[in-house]
Amino acid sequence: MTKRMWALLATLAVAAAFPAAGATKQTGGTLNMIAWEGYLQPQWVKPFTKATGCTIHAKYGGSSDEMVTLMRSGGGNQYDMVSASGDASLRLIYGKDVQTVDPSKIPDFKNFGQAFKSPPNNTIGGKHYGISLQWGPNTLLYNTKSVKPAPTSWASIYSPKYKGKVTVPDNPIQIADAALYLMKTNASLGIKDPYELNSTQFNAAISLLKKQKPLIKKYWALASDEISLFKNGDAVIGASWPYQTNTLIADKAPVKDLVPKEGATGWLDTWMVSAKTKNLDCAYKWLAWVSTPKVQAQQAIYFGETPVNSKACAIMDKLSKGSCAQYHANAPLKYFKQIYFWKTPIADCGNGKKNCMDYTKWQQAWTQLKG
Amino acid sequence: MESRTTRIALWMWVGLVLLFLYIPIVVICLYAFDKSNVQSWPIGGLTTKWFGPAIHNGDMQQALWLSLEAASFATLIALVLGTLASFGVHRFRFFGREAISFLLVLPIALPGIITGMALNSYFTYWKLNFGLLTIVIGHATFCVVVVYNNVIARLRRVPGSLTEASMDLGADGWQTFRYVTFPTISTALISGGLLAFALSFDEVIVTTFTAGAQNTLPIWIFGQIRLGQQLPQVNVVVFLILAVTIIPVAIAQRLTRESGILRTE
Amino acid sequence: MAAGLDPAQGLSNGVGARRRFGGALWRRPWLKGASLLAPPVLGFLLIYIAALVALFVYAFWTVDPFTSLTIHSWTLENFRELWHGSTYRTVAFRTVSIAAAVTVTDAIIAFPFAYFMARVAGPRIRALLFILVLLPLWASYLARVYAWRLILNSDGLLNWSLHKVGLPSAGIAYTNTAMWIVFSYIWLPFMILPVYASLERIPHSYIEASRDLGAKGGRTFRSVILPLALPGVVAGSIFTFSLTLGDYITPVLVGGASSQFIGNVVYDSVNQASNLPFGAAFAVVPVVVMGIYLLAARKLGAFDAL
Repeated sequence: MTKRMWALLATLAVAAAFPAAGATKQTGGTLNMIAWEGYLQPQWVKPFTKATGCTIHAKYGGSSDEMVTLMRSGGGNQYDMVSASGDASLRLIYGKDVQTVDPSKIPDFKNFGQAFKSPPNNTIGGKHYGISLQWGPNTLLYNTKSVKPAPTSWASIYSPKYKGKVTVPDNPIQIADAALYLMKTNASLGIKDPYELNSTQFNAAISLLKKQKPLIKKYWALASDEISLFKNGDAVIGASWPYQTNTLIADKAPVKDLVPKEGATGWLDTWMVSAKTKNLDCAYKWLAWVSTPKVQAQQAIYFGETPVNSKACAIMDKLSKGSCAQYHANAPLKYFKQIYFWKTPIADCGNGKKNCMDYTKWQQAWTQLKG
Repeated sequence: MESRTTRIALWMWVGLVLLFLYIPIVVICLYAFDKSNVQSWPIGGLTTKWFGPAIHNGDMQQALWLSLEAASFATLIALVLGTLASFGVHRFRFFGREAISFLLVLPIALPGIITGMALNSYFTYWKLNFGLLTIVIGHATFCVVVVYNNVIARLRRVPGSLTEASMDLGADGWQTFRYVTFPTISTALISGGLLAFALSFDEVIVTTFTAGAQNTLPIWIFGQIRLGQQLPQVNVVVFLILAVTIIPVAIAQRLTRESGILRTE
Repeated sequence: MAAGLDPAQGLSNGVGARRRFGGALWRRPWLKGASLLAPPVLGFLLIYIAALVALFVYAFWTVDPFTSLTIHSWTLENFRELWHGSTYRTVAFRTVSIAAAVTVTDAIIAFPFAYFMARVAGPRIRALLFILVLLPLWASYLARVYAWRLILNSDGLLNWSLHKVGLPSAGIAYTNTAMWIVFSYIWLPFMILPVYASLERIPHSYIEASRDLGAKGGRTFRSVILPLALPGVVAGSIFTFSLTLGDYITPVLVGGASSQFIGNVVYDSVNQASNLPFGAAFAVVPVVVMGIYLLAARKLGAFDAL
């Protein structure tokens, strides 16, 4: 009798312990995230997991196209969040892959610069489909030892001077970079927006890219490809992201980057939440976390981009002196207007005409350019 | 016998081929000790600092575990289905016999991207959850043929009289299989299973399409290559895996010593 | 072994049921054959073949340019696009040529090696060579391709060695030549093994008979060994050809500005353009090519030598 009683008591004790164990254990959910390389570094992901118990699994994408496809894969319920640029966000919204978010749940939202609270690439009809994250330019990267004098214009990647040592991204949106160069150097084409090109303007951009092709060593698809190209002497000049510059400089490679005098294309990223996520709670926690001034500053410095939270500037200078000015976190508007942010080219040119090349044509042209 | 010059020439050729096969392997293992995280030649400096983080990397451990699980299940399925198919084709003459060999070789003969895309759409259509099950199915498709080929080659070598003799002595189908047939094909199963396991463990193209958000080891490796920040960790992992798998490969080789590891007479 | 065989005891239950079942199968061989073949064949048909058919049905559909959602209406638009685009012909030609080059290269490299393993090496050396040939398959494909970048880079191991002996740089980083080298490297074990198997299968009596009939070494090699080893070479070539034909990762890692393979165009179609129909349409090309190749391989006896 005593033995059975003890056994019974023991079982009850164990059974009682279980819910207690569940309660003290953190309610971790897992977030499967699609992000640009460098957006989910341990410096700000580890503290997040510690503070909230939500674990993060990162899947890196190198282009907006990839991110859209990943987001839609497997019926759309494989990933919870995506850091979408402007040329992916609208496609995701219209494809019903993402859900609306409520900015009032994000404490730092009120500190965002005005231009980033409801930009047209993530807010439609007053409904927010994500929270703006960071923005930045596509830069011109060059090897300071091999490229003399220091370049000031995008012309250097179209001139035969560095034949066989040039690299640009393997991404159809690169056509906009060519269009931007033509916009500033060939006024007769009448390009007003590098993403809204009628067929004459489009063909001009493509022929510029065709002329550039013999100069290209490789079209980089992975950020680490470009890093490797520069480090190993296969490329000395090319179009890049600040992420590559920072990684190369950290590895003592002799490189520098700049935004050339013609301006640049760029990205304005939004964290979006999948329409089918099962971890909405963790998702909101992440949105709040990544908008805090400290994380905004950390990410901005690491990747080399500009935070949307106006309070991040002070922290950036604390973490790395002069970084606030270096990444233009304190002079956004004039600098901001110099950048032509990625957006999905559509047939509707926005000026009454509907004869602009849509993105499918861009993709086909790009595949044919690469040959 | 071959002339002396021929033998010397062959020895040299073998040496060169081995050099060709192993220089990249040596490079991989060497760069596990690279001081810099951006790999370039010559190597910047040597350090063992990557070993700790690589071994304790949670993502890597999960990916490794998933790879092992998937490879084990895929190999198991391949062993069963491959053996069944080879017995069926070997023992019976029927219309469409060759079509079965053709059918089974398709997953390896067709590009992996096609298998991957096809299965991906198919699983999505049937609303299957992407994960271990879908990965295993994807791998099993090309693992079956590896086992099938090994077993059927062995069956062709085994004289049918053995089975008949066994039955004449009164054993039923199951006993014949267990005591006579199975031992003759066991080494074919080992070598086929080992190759199937290796193929599944290292597969990346089909898995990219069938894994969903999960990472198998090759997918984890590709993610690290993309990121480019901790590449030496990849080298560490590959180096350790190579060191560990020498043992099972050598054991399997000894077990099949009599007949050679992929003897398909 | 004697269980259930004692006629005095009669057949015990479990064994008896088994024997009756076995007997039933013996009398109906088609049932036995069907039950053996059903699981693998049905599995393949219902999962793999069905998925393939479903994929190729997509080739006849299109996608909406903006939302990338599939429009389920039948059209030959994708095939028309493929036919008229010269790029796709170039890509297909490049892929097939490099696949052929890799196959020939691997056959040439593998044959003497396999010959040595099968007919010259002693058992210990042979065992060692086996392990050495199989081991690289366990080092991740991605890691091995990546290691080749380090070797072929502008400042890489190859150029470094060339400079040391006073030769100029070989500018083969990120070119089709680099891809050819890397592919030949990666698939080499897959060629060595079947060739070895078929060489080892040649009975020594054949060689002796050939010699008895007066043929010297070279003649024996040409007329006896080579024809008998051919199925193995063709079997290995199925691997090297198809694996090269369908690959897209090596072109991304090691290829240059004009190195697109069929796999890359298909992958970009699906992943960049979210245009599965077009990708499926272009994927028909390697399927047709491999179909022809497999038929040719079958004629040459490769299916018995896999």
